[in-house]
Amino acid sequence: MTDTVVAAPVVGRSLWGDAWARLKANKAAMFSLYYLVFMAVVCVVGPYFVPHQYTTIYADYVRTPPSLSAYPKTEMIETALSDVVKRMRVDLKEWKQEGEQVFMTLASTKPIDERNVRYIDRSDTFDGGKVESKSADGLSMVVSASIKQQYFFFGTDNVGRDQLSRTLMAGRISLAIGLLAGVVAVVIGVVYGATAGFMGGKTDEVMMRIVDVLYSLPFIFFVIMLVVFFGRNFVLMFLAVGAVLWLDMARIVRGQALSIRRQEYVQAAEALGVRSRGIVQRHVIPNLLGPVVIYMTLLVPQVIILESFLSFLGLGVQEPMTSWGVLISVGAKNIGTANWLLLFPAFFLVSTLFALNFIGDGLRDALDPKDR
Amino acid sequence: MANESILSVKDLRVRFRTLDGVVDAVKGINLNVRAGETVAVVGESGSGKSQTMMAAMNLLASNGEATGAVEYRGKNLLTLSKQELNKVRGRKITMIFQEPMTSLDPLYTIGNQLMEPIMRHRGLGAAQARAEALRLLELVKIPDPERRLKSYPHEMSGGQRQRVMIAMALANDPDILIADEPTTALDVTIQAQILALLAELQRKLGMAIVFITHDLGIVRRFADRVYVMRSGEVVEEGQADELFANPQHPYTKMLLAAEPTGRKAPPPGNAPILLEGRNVEVEFKIGGGFLAGPPMLLKAVDRISVTLKRGQTIGIVGESGSGKSTLGRALLRLLPSEGSIRFGSHDLSKADRSDMRPLRRELQLVFQDPFGSLSPRMTVGQIITEGLLVHEPSLSGKERDARAVEALREVGLDPAMRNRYPHEFSGGQRQRIAIARAMILKPKVVVLDEPTSALDRSVQKQIVELLRNLQADHDLSYLFISHDLAVVRAMSDYIIVMKQGKIVEEGPTEEIFGDPREPYTKTLMAAAIDETKFRQSV
Repeated sequence: MTDTVVAAPVVGRSLWGDAWARLKANKAAMFSLYYLVFMAVVCVVGPYFVPHQYTTIYADYVRTPPSLSAYPKTEMIETALSDVVKRMRVDLKEWKQEGEQVFMTLASTKPIDERNVRYIDRSDTFDGGKVESKSADGLSMVVSASIKQQYFFFGTDNVGRDQLSRTLMAGRISLAIGLLAGVVAVVIGVVYGATAGFMGGKTDEVMMRIVDVLYSLPFIFFVIMLVVFFGRNFVLMFLAVGAVLWLDMARIVRGQALSIRRQEYVQAAEALGVRSRGIVQRHVIPNLLGPVVIYMTLLVPQVIILESFLSFLGLGVQEPMTSWGVLISVGAKNIGTANWLLLFPAFFLVSTLFALNFIGDGLRDALDPKDR
Repeated sequence: MANESILSVKDLRVRFRTLDGVVDAVKGINLNVRAGETVAVVGESGSGKSQTMMAAMNLLASNGEATGAVEYRGKNLLTLSKQELNKVRGRKITMIFQEPMTSLDPLYTIGNQLMEPIMRHRGLGAAQARAEALRLLELVKIPDPERRLKSYPHEMSGGQRQRVMIAMALANDPDILIADEPTTALDVTIQAQILALLAELQRKLGMAIVFITHDLGIVRRFADRVYVMRSGEVVEEGQADELFANPQHPYTKMLLAAEPTGRKAPPPGNAPILLEGRNVEVEFKIGGGFLAGPPMLLKAVDRISVTLKRGQTIGIVGESGSGKSTLGRALLRLLPSEGSIRFGSHDLSKADRSDMRPLRRELQLVFQDPFGSLSPRMTVGQIITEGLLVHEPSLSGKERDARAVEALREVGLDPAMRNRYPHEFSGGQRQRIAIARAMILKPKVVVLDEPTSALDRSVQKQIVELLRNLQADHDLSYLFISHDLAVVRAMSDYIIVMKQGKIVEEGPTEEIFGDPREPYTKTLMAAAIDETKFRQSV
């Protein structure tokens, strides 16, 4: 050690680096991670590319089954036509289809008003209604209209809204609530738990008894109280769910903090004269992040499920806004007649939860391997 | 020794797949164990000695893989099915481990844990199994075995637990007992008892013992043959007496000479007193509470007075539980205590945390366990300079870095390694890092709490030399806490012997070692000296 030249410092591989390398080796977790990112991107960006608004009601397409080809189908044209004609209060004598165009011959006992054609435009099936020819007495006329090509890949719901755009919008809400309420729970839980665990003694006793008291409050009662005070509000969901789930987090973190507190490196820092804040910042929190990250991946699914529960009771997301939980509860009621209402949102929710759980498992293996 | 060989390891290789690629832990070794003999496998940590036996018992971690052959009476254990293996493992070949604390289930009584394998393997009824368990406890000389059958592991001392482990290993009359560092976690006097017990049991029962250890000294009295391992290879093997009398390989010679040498001269008589504790007392409350009644009081340190002069090293010796670490911490005010403590002109007796903070840089502490005392998520540079953040907050990042480089050089580490993390270093290197963390603050008093106990002998020697050099360079005062008399002797000029929180004997090192007066000091010496004498004769 007599050389005076200081070699450039060798960069070490941190425990985080190690964990990341181990996680990368875990195929299920990595696949889940990619899947989750893909799901998030689809839910956030997707609705802009779906031609239907999630609020638009297509009266002609109530409970349409999902299909990859365009609507209307041939047999639907006739029903749609007779619908339109009925609204125009005329009789349909005959109709024929030429490519994208339909020609219909209308007849009535009274002269037909040309303005009636606008009923055609109001329909979800036809567009560009135009009078081609008119009989001299005005009792019959030939009207043409183009058929509107609509795609409903996931079908439509009970009132005729596009299920695809609704599922994606619901995904936005569910993921956002999962993530935000998760973050709320983690932040409160970590700060509270770490403080309790690190301070120990009486402070710890008091803080944990407060947690116990909060545990005993019924969740629904708490949410109803919030709704009474603040009205129905989207942000309230984050608060309600986050405020309940941080209790678990606080307990976990406190346990961790208690054991870290007894570690020799914390004692060493005390012997160096480091202040409590420095110890919590530099030693306690970095060392308990592992379990926190793991718990958070398990917390997010819990939040998503809680949210659907609240929405189901009518305390959460309100129509026309929707979430996976809402869609599933609607789908469950229509399982006999329109199973696609259940299948698509359920698939999205289940696959997301699976992915989150796989990531959680992978993280646990990566962050605290047994053989170290 | 004309017996047939009952366990032979042929060209055994063990490799582990890790993130950094394949690591060869054992690189093709050959071992032989004959019926009824004692074979010692000696090597420092990482030499693959334990992994060899783990591979033989098919107990490798899941990323490990063994090739070659381990033959027990002609059967290759590596290729046996699990069912067949279980007929051998735990019956004919049994193991005892280093840590008797964790090897016993804390929820069951000793009797239960002893009886269960007997009932299962031999198909005996409960009453017979109980009698058998009693016999085993008598065999391993546990006092009052009848009562002990009903005890839980936590009610027993480390030595007794290790005896129970041995009793369990003997339950099914094994051919081979593999002892993996069975005495490392125990105090010297207990260590000697356990070794004597093992030797006696072997004479009585005639099984073979494979003794895995890092300490050549221990096996001398004990082993018939010795294998010396280093980085996965056997570097030397032979009959014990030959090998000890005439070691061939330089590594073996190094291991034999690894005893810390040299003595420390006492400081000049007019050296100023730095740290002085008068009638220091530390009490721990055990149990108690709102409904549990008054707590039980345990006097960990009972009215002890210590006077530490500049440049002096006081060795504090005692078995585990004697209160020596507690005393060290109390003197640094890391634990609440009674009595008066003075540091230079400061009275520390009533100092609270914030009063102590400015003094912390002059009173430092180095811990026993270099694995636990370094925060796993900080780089070495950050760990070393943490004290500077507190005591010299005006330093810039660059200046701190320069100080870290300087400190690492001083403890003999490559400063280029300062951005690495603790887990990338060996035990000895970590202890150097821990020392650098204390030294960077330029302290006056350093409490060294068993700084060498977790290290290999040869590394111990280097650390002892490092500490002595640092002391000479900076005129430091040490409070050296250890149960290892050889190290204490090489480090200190004054010795305090403690037992159950009280001072048994104190005096200059040569006096204590040359002419111990108290019986307790004598037993302590007798347990350790045997080794020491032998080492000096080599």
